[in-house]
Amino acid sequence: MTRATLLKDLRMEWRSKDAINSMLFFALLVVVIFSFAFNPTAEESRRIAGGLIWVAFLFAAVVALNQTWARELRNQVLDAYRVSPAPPNALFLAKALGNFLFVVVLEALMAPLFVVFYELRSVGPLWQLIVVALLGTWALVVNGTFFAALSIRTRSREIMLPLILFPISIPALLAMVDATTSILTGEASPDFWIKMLAVYDVAFTAVCLLLFESVLNAE
Amino acid sequence: MKTLFIAFIVLTIALLAYSTYQGLFVAPTEQTMGEVQRIFYYHVPSAWTAGVCFFVNFLASVVYLWKRNPASDALAAASAEVGVAFCTIVLITGPIWARPVWGIWWTWDARLTTTLVLWLIYVSYLVLRRFAAGGQTQVLAAALAIFGFVDVPIVYMSIRWFRTQHPSPVMGGGENSGLDPAMLHAFFWNLLAFTCVGIVLMVLRYRLQMLEEKVEATHAAAALQGGAR
Repeated sequence: MTRATLLKDLRMEWRSKDAINSMLFFALLVVVIFSFAFNPTAEESRRIAGGLIWVAFLFAAVVALNQTWARELRNQVLDAYRVSPAPPNALFLAKALGNFLFVVVLEALMAPLFVVFYELRSVGPLWQLIVVALLGTWALVVNGTFFAALSIRTRSREIMLPLILFPISIPALLAMVDATTSILTGEASPDFWIKMLAVYDVAFTAVCLLLFESVLNAE
Repeated sequence: MKTLFIAFIVLTIALLAYSTYQGLFVAPTEQTMGEVQRIFYYHVPSAWTAGVCFFVNFLASVVYLWKRNPASDALAAASAEVGVAFCTIVLITGPIWARPVWGIWWTWDARLTTTLVLWLIYVSYLVLRRFAAGGQTQVLAAALAIFGFVDVPIVYMSIRWFRTQHPSPVMGGGENSGLDPAMLHAFFWNLLAFTCVGIVLMVLRYRLQMLEEKVEATHAAAALQGGAR
C-alpha cells in the first residue's frame, strides 16, 4: 500500500513535474532575493549560508507540502482511502516519503547554485552536511505532511500550513541552521545538533504515526 | 455547585486584593533593582499559571482523542485561551523589568525564547481552532496540542545548548539567590491568587464554550426541522 501510493505519486510528479518545478523556481527566487538583500562576501556568506539555505528550503518545501493532499480531494479519493481497509499509516508514510524525495531532489539541484552565488566552500567534511540535510529534511517533511492533512480541512488552507508548521519546526530549524553553519565554518562540532535532529525526527515521526488515523477519520 | 463557584470567585478576588497589597506595599523594596523588582510578583505567577493552563490543555486534548467527549474539548479550548493570555502578560512584563535591570528589552536566552515559542505554538493552535471547519475542529486541534506539548522540551533543550555555546554578556545579575522572607511571603500569596484567577477564567471560558456549542446544536436542529417542513 505504501509502495503503491508512493509510486503513483512519483509517477504523477514525473509526468507533470508540478511540485518540483514550482519548488525549484521558488527556491531560486529566494536565493536571488537574499543575495541582493544581504550582498555578502565569501567569508560572511559562509557564516550566514546555513540560515539562508534552510529558510529557502523551508519556504520551498511548503509549496510542495501544500499540494500533498490537494489532489486526493478531487473525486473524493481521500474518502475512498478512508473506507478502504488499508492502514492509514501506510498512506501517511507514502505521502511523507514522496515529499521527502521531492525536497531532497530540490536540495541536490539547488546546492550547486548556492555554491555559485555565495562562493561557498565547506571547511568541515561533506558527508556531515549530507547527514544534516537528510535528517533536517525529514524533520520538516514528516510534520509538514501531517499538518498539510490538518490544514486541508480548514478554510484558507494554503495559509494555514505555514502558520501551524513554523512554530513547531523552530527547534528543528535551529538545529539544522546551527549544524550547517558549524560544518561550513569548521569552528564547532555539529554533533549535538545532529543528535538533536535525530531525537526530533524520532519523536515527531512517532507522534505523527500515532495521531494520523484520528486526523484522517476526523468528521 | 453554582453557589460554590461564586464563593470561589469572591475568595479569588479577596486573595488578589490581599496579594496585591502584599506585593506593592508590604514586601520590602529590592536593594539594587528598586521598585521595578515588584513586577516579579506578577511576572512569575503569570508564567506559572500559563504553564498550568498549557498542561491542562494537553491533558484535555489527550482525553478528547481517547473519549471524544465535547466537555474535554471545551476545556482544551478554554485552557489554551487563558494560557495565551497569561503567557502574553509574561512576555510583556518581562521586557518592562529587563530594560532597567539588564539594560535591554530582550535577549535570546533559554527561558525567554522558550516562552516566546510556547506562545507562538499556542497562538497557532487558536488560529487553527478558528479556521478549522465544523465538526473536525476538535480532533485537529487536539492533534496539534499534542504536537505543541512534545515540542516544548525539545525547544528548551536546543535553546539551552544554543546559549551555553554563545554566552550572552547581559545576563550579569545572579538569580534570586536567597529571597527575603517578606518577599517570599508576598510571592506565594500572589502565586496562589494568580492560580485562582486562572482557574476562574478557565471555568468561565469553559462554560461559555459549552453554551456556544449548545446554541450551535440548537440552531442546527432548528434548521434541519425547517428543511423537513
